[in-house]
Amino acid sequence: MPGLIGKKIGMTSVFSAEGKSCPCTVIEAGPCYVSQIKTIENDGYEAVQLGYADKKEKRTTMPLQGHFKKAGIAPKKKLVEFSDFEQELELGSEINVELFNDALFVDVTGISKGKGFQGVVKRHGFGGVGQATHGQHNRLRAPGSIGACSTPSRVFKGMRMAGQTGNKTATVQNLQVLKVIPENNLLLVKGSVPGAKGSYLIIEK
Amino acid sequence: MDLIKIAEEAFKVERELPEFGAGDTISVSYKIKEGNKERIQVYRGVVLQVKGSGENKTATVRKMSGNIGVERIFPINSPFIEKIEVNKRGRVRRARIFYLRALTGKKARIKERRF
Repeated sequence: MPGLIGKKIGMTSVFSAEGKSCPCTVIEAGPCYVSQIKTIENDGYEAVQLGYADKKEKRTTMPLQGHFKKAGIAPKKKLVEFSDFEQELELGSEINVELFNDALFVDVTGISKGKGFQGVVKRHGFGGVGQATHGQHNRLRAPGSIGACSTPSRVFKGMRMAGQTGNKTATVQNLQVLKVIPENNLLLVKGSVPGAKGSYLIIEK
Repeated sequence: MDLIKIAEEAFKVERELPEFGAGDTISVSYKIKEGNKERIQVYRGVVLQVKGSGENKTATVRKMSGNIGVERIFPINSPFIEKIEVNKRGRVRRARIFYLRALTGKKARIKERRF
């Protein structure tokens, strides 16, 4: 899928054309630079590697410095592969947010906010066990039974239990594009996207 | 933060609305859609508070309907709001005049501001 790398700026609400207030996420998308072009002859598949967000050369490892020098661009913090771009791309060429000018919907991938080790109520939306009063104690947010007794005498794989929540790659599909502002490299989409403010996002058409 | 403001500006519709604050009496003309017919209704009352900034500004307006208090919160920049008229400027000492809710009759009067 063709796409760009971006950064989550934050959320606001705007009035749509019908006059309804709708939630809006502001994303700074691009400008991205082509750092590598992968071909079937060389790599076995076709893709375009894009780089986003400048970083200092002295913070770049020697192998990566060579990689960026080959493309003729400044070192970048984030590198992601995309494919199926409509136009022919050359090493070092710039792609900006105008890529989404004709897009109605986009998919956004990011790393969700980490919540740490959480119980089943927060993690899977369980209802907890029983009541808070009437003599009941210490089972309010418990998972309840996790299986039967001697048959099968084990807990099935994939049983939903407590554990690390968030801080995981998450994708939101089909977010409506509200507006593209090329002067500031902004992409406005309807609804929320994963991750904290300032976190990197992958936006695909 | 600045980039969010730029995004909000992009949706802004230029129009002139009067300045008002807590204690002022305003009439809000807003469009109502009934089926596919549109009509304008006027709501007149005292502003209890103005909240938010920019495009997300809202005003809480209270009026007495018979002897029942009615409060409505209007998003000031909503396209459904046709116009806002300031009828009276009230002299109040605070920005949020929720104490007005507990008052009725003669006590619920607000002194008019003279310039």
